Amino acid sequence: MERHITPFRTYLLVYLSLILLLAATVGAAFLDLGFLNLIITLAIASVKALLVILYFMHVRESEPATKLFVIAGFIWLIILMGLTLTDYLTRCS
Amino acid sequence: MSEKTTLQVHPHNPYAAGEAQASLNTLGMWVFLTTEVMFFGGLFTGYMILRLLYADTFAEASRHLDLIAGAVNTFILLTSSFSMALSVRAARLGKNFALFFFLFITIMLGTAFLGIKFYEYYLKFQEGLIPTASFVYEGENPGQARLFFSLYFIMTGLHAVHMIIGIFILSIAALMALFKRFSETRYAPIETIGLYWHFVDLVWIFLFPLLYLIDRT
Repeated sequence: MERHITPFRTYLLVYLSLILLLAATVGAAFLDLGFLNLIITLAIASVKALLVILYFMHVRESEPATKLFVIAGFIWLIILMGLTLTDYLTRCS
Repeated sequence: MSEKTTLQVHPHNPYAAGEAQASLNTLGMWVFLTTEVMFFGGLFTGYMILRLLYADTFAEASRHLDLIAGAVNTFILLTSSFSMALSVRAARLGKNFALFFFLFITIMLGTAFLGIKFYEYYLKFQEGLIPTASFVYEGENPGQARLFFSLYFIMTGLHAVHMIIGIFILSIAALMALFKRFSETRYAPIETIGLYWHFVDLVWIFLFPLLYLIDRT
């Protein structure tokens, strides 16, 4: 059985992307884009999270069962937040 | 040098070594991490609702946090994740000394993060922004700001507790690496620790923009 040894180059590229995205998220916070600010911030954070999960945590090359658990974890989080929002966003004050 | 690793599978202990054990450990660790997603998820959900209700005060209170300290800490934590990834790589290659070196770097960066974090807590203490009886906030809605700082201290505090546990476990692993306790067929513990450390990084990736960068214009 072959073991996966990810090349050093891959890790370095992922790391440099993460630092660039950090600079981007700090920079974007100083622009006044209204509601777009929150969307950009969350989008950048999600891309960073995805890079860490797929490459640093090796989920990209993990077994199907592991992938299933990873996805399930975040789906439950979406359910938690989504159902809570259906309440708060539809209240008439 | 290019000798291939042979898996030693024992009939009574089929997951004793190498790839098989590593993949099972990975699955087990992810089961734990999904519970951690929900653990922090409850706090993030609370944050989401309170920010929705008190958007203006949250934006104003967020400006009281030290942006430079937060950004430097994010940089430090991302770098520690990079060195953790290199630790796992060294473990897979069976290089104990390189493993020790990268684990040591990771521990140092993690400690630096905590140092800056606690310095920030100290500054907040001086400004009277710790949500206790002595909470002082000179804004329109001190009650709402108090909620923001409660969330700030609970979320970053819980994250810091995870970091302290991580540094403790990493220190044990570094000592074991120094005594050459890992090899090309015995690297699963390092993988598991790596997953934990990256998860702690993951939480901070969301905490930093949500707490520090609400509205800086």
